[in-house]
Amino acid sequence: MKTFNYHSTKDVKEATKLASSSSAFLAGGMTTLPSMKLGLASYKDIIDIKRIKKLSGIKVSGKSVTIGSTTKHAEVANSKEVKKAIPSLAALAEGIGDPQVRNRGTIGGSIANNDPSADYPSACIALNATIHTNNRKISSDKFFTGMFETSLKKGELIEAVEFQIPEKSCYQKYPNPASRYAIVGVYVAKHKSDVNVAITGAKSCVYNEKSIANALLKNFSSSSLDSLKIPSSGMNSDIHASADYRANMVKVFAKKAVDAC
Amino acid sequence: MASLVGSRVERKEDKKLLTGRGKYTADVTFAHQTYAYFVRSPHARAHIKNVDISKAEKSSGVVAVLTGKDIANDKIGGLIAGWRIKSEDGSDMKVPAHPPLASESVNYVGDHVAVVIAESLDEARNAAELVKVDYKVLKAVVKTDQAMDSENIYKDIPKNLCFDWLLGDREKVKEAFDKADKIVKIDLINNRLIPNAMEPRAANADYNPSTEEITLYTTSQNPHLARIIISAFNGVAPENKLRVIAPDVGGGFGSKIYPYAEEVVCSWASKKIERPVKWIADRTESFLSDCHGRDHVTHAELAVKNDGTFLGFKNETIANLGAYASVFGTVTPTYLFGPCATGVYKMPAAYSNVKAVFTNTAPVDAYRGAGRPEATYTIETLVEKAARELGMDPAEIRMKNFPTQFPFQQTLVHSVDSGDYNAGLKKAMEVADYKGFEKRKKDSESNGKLRGIGFCSYFEACGIAPSAVVMSLGCGIGLWESAEVRFNPTGNVTVFTGSHSHGQGHDTTFAQIAADRLGVPLENIEISHGDTDKGPFGYGTYGSRSLTVGGTAIVKACDKIVAKGKKVAAKMLEVNESDVEFKDGEFIVAKSNKKKTIGEVAFACYLPGTYGEVKSPLPEGEEPGLKETSFFDPGNFSFPAGSHICEVEIDPDTGNTEVVKYTAVDDFGTIINPLIVEGQVHGGLAQGIGQALYENCHYDDTGQLVTASYMDYTMPRADNFPEFNLGFTCTPATSNPLGTKGCGEAGAIAAPPTVMNAVMNAIGTEISMPATAEKVWKACQKMNKSNSKAA
Repeated sequence: MKTFNYHSTKDVKEATKLASSSSAFLAGGMTTLPSMKLGLASYKDIIDIKRIKKLSGIKVSGKSVTIGSTTKHAEVANSKEVKKAIPSLAALAEGIGDPQVRNRGTIGGSIANNDPSADYPSACIALNATIHTNNRKISSDKFFTGMFETSLKKGELIEAVEFQIPEKSCYQKYPNPASRYAIVGVYVAKHKSDVNVAITGAKSCVYNEKSIANALLKNFSSSSLDSLKIPSSGMNSDIHASADYRANMVKVFAKKAVDAC
Repeated sequence: MASLVGSRVERKEDKKLLTGRGKYTADVTFAHQTYAYFVRSPHARAHIKNVDISKAEKSSGVVAVLTGKDIANDKIGGLIAGWRIKSEDGSDMKVPAHPPLASESVNYVGDHVAVVIAESLDEARNAAELVKVDYKVLKAVVKTDQAMDSENIYKDIPKNLCFDWLLGDREKVKEAFDKADKIVKIDLINNRLIPNAMEPRAANADYNPSTEEITLYTTSQNPHLARIIISAFNGVAPENKLRVIAPDVGGGFGSKIYPYAEEVVCSWASKKIERPVKWIADRTESFLSDCHGRDHVTHAELAVKNDGTFLGFKNETIANLGAYASVFGTVTPTYLFGPCATGVYKMPAAYSNVKAVFTNTAPVDAYRGAGRPEATYTIETLVEKAARELGMDPAEIRMKNFPTQFPFQQTLVHSVDSGDYNAGLKKAMEVADYKGFEKRKKDSESNGKLRGIGFCSYFEACGIAPSAVVMSLGCGIGLWESAEVRFNPTGNVTVFTGSHSHGQGHDTTFAQIAADRLGVPLENIEISHGDTDKGPFGYGTYGSRSLTVGGTAIVKACDKIVAKGKKVAAKMLEVNESDVEFKDGEFIVAKSNKKKTIGEVAFACYLPGTYGEVKSPLPEGEEPGLKETSFFDPGNFSFPAGSHICEVEIDPDTGNTEVVKYTAVDDFGTIINPLIVEGQVHGGLAQGIGQALYENCHYDDTGQLVTASYMDYTMPRADNFPEFNLGFTCTPATSNPLGTKGCGEAGAIAAPPTVMNAVMNAIGTEISMPATAEKVWKACQKMNKSNSKAA
């Protein structure tokens, strides 16, 4: 690991002021630290935001669940309020990584990293999330722009993620047997006037599978997907799963998710 | 005193290991310590045109940068192939030179080119990036089955063929096949695995310029072998000036039996710079440079009669040795594989023909089971296929061909001393509730799942020895084992063994044996191993040999102690030696209440005198002290055997396979500690099921290792397994006084075919290991099986 300056910050202003083109914010460090250790990334300044109190915590209102960016996966998984308002979101958090990851990793870190196989980005898309940063609000359909890319500007800091409470929802994933990241993860959410079917793991970036969403909008049952064919074009292909297999899994797991809603 | 042999004694070593108080090589740091980082080849095959170290040498904290030229100039010998194999035509095997640091060519990704030694690991690593190696990249040879048709990697080795070995009689096999009603054929791949011991390899070499002695701490299953190779073959230091210590070692599975380039380089470099040199592999280095396991491509045929009687067997295998012939790389696919390929069956005629090839991949060597898993996978998938094709029950076809008379002369090499294969299979069927399978299958189907059942009956040759036999077959070393039993003056005991424990629980098992034999409480016995300066020379731990060979040496040394003790006790008790009996730690005079404890006798041996009078407890001519050594070389291998039955459930829509029921009934002969034996079976099963369903080493076409981290190499986890159902039968081995047979490898040997037979039973078609979800899904598509159709 290359040497770097470590800054522990107490408020958002201090943190964003320190940010530069060669800095990184550090929350759980679940991706940043291994990347640095492996020599894949190096930074001049590491800006630790874990001590900024306002970035952590869960608030539930009648319409939404707002989760502070440094809130750990385990806190979301164990939150009675989240379990009551959006049980599928708590279940998703419970299924991320392993206990060590869940007790270090944060929601803000996960979505800022936008790993194509991460779980949380699918929740953002399915639950019409709004990402609150230090200077604006970004709707989730504008946030995830590509593989490991988001619309965050350099030095912009996520403060919280606000999820819309759906009528019903479910997240189902088929984990990679080695890494346990999603080979395919499908987050189905039925809102009052729309249905979202967010897919992670299958393509280079999380997306809303409109063909399934439209079918479910007409008839919210797994049988409405029987005749649907998911094309494999644009799907990831690697030693663990071909594009054809992923296309199959999108449909199989969408059906599982609908059945479990 | 109740016998400790056979009791579930909790492992004495666990308190230390589980509370983080173990001492591993990485925990050893010397004064003036330096740190080594290896510059490794990023290419699978290339010529080295130039190595420029000028920038690296000037980098902060760098002590030395050493290259292949330096090691060649110092005349340090190359790494060795330890077992000579002859081809069918009588010619010797062909092996390439394997310098510890390459100077002319690199032959796999991870091959060693240079070492940077610095004051800290970070400085060594940073400087390593500044070593500029100019490569001429060549086309890599990667695939096992294409190696013989590819460009020659080494100019003196045509067709990349190390040897073309035959065991058996082709003529007799042809006659048998001519008489057959049916020939069952199978083509299979035994997938390449990466050992993944929990503790990565490490070395810390400390040269003392005033005594010219090197102390090498290393992660070894076999420190004595490391010492003799590094001194006699690599020529780093004379044997008496090299002390090798393998302290606590976190697993090996075969990959730590022999020294690698890193230990040789650290020892040599320490001498050169006159400072200690420490190297610890990171996990990626382990994936790249630990010797891998398996990697066979096999075509096999079984000639059968319509009633299921086996007539003959053919085994044509290509075995991938990787880029170099590793120490046991050549014996693993030959003598450890070929003989066992006929399985537990009467087979009138058989041959195994193995072509071993070089490729531009990491060297392949022994991995838990070493050759016997490959053999068992071959015969047991073939037998299951024969049952399918003949419409016979898989248990019935096996029982029909089991030998019932022991000793059983197995077709190709072994004389199996004892066994009862029918009893094992019958017990496995009971434990597994074979009769209830059809009902369970229906239950699974009603949940949309396919359920399959698979069998495997195996035997293996382990307890690896005897020296005269293995050396006649080309082994470069003897394979006996040693023990020294030393009474301390106050009556407690230290037992030195030449074997090595890196997870097997020797501290407990061996103490149980000595405690029973000497009548000394378990807590008064310490087991010492892993240091060439303590205790006699030995041959380490692998091949399920430690208890059967090393444990017997302990028994024999204990018996010598008792024999001397008897003489001393007789003198002390003023009776004839023939009147003294030894029982439960006491020397007793028959029909009297006169006795001496073994502790009193030991004390007397060390303090042979009495205050105020000239009187010795030692008989005339007897030396003081109480310490005995034994070297045991058994007359035969030992032959554990067993039958395993597995049930899997498959979701045809995803191809996900779940092992829902696994039964293992094994015959390990006498069991010393059932708790430890069950743990060994569990571990073996985890690795065997891992091979069948999850683990796969994958190189791309250019020879880059794709599965070089846990992101891509699937290590099985606890949630991949059901609760295992274990059972045991017992026919004691006759080749050692304990009657033990060895248990370390059985699970890894039996599980792959057991699981794969279950998968193939469920989906109705053949499929290769590992049966990943996608492969199984594709097979289900092909067989037109879906969730709705299963129901």
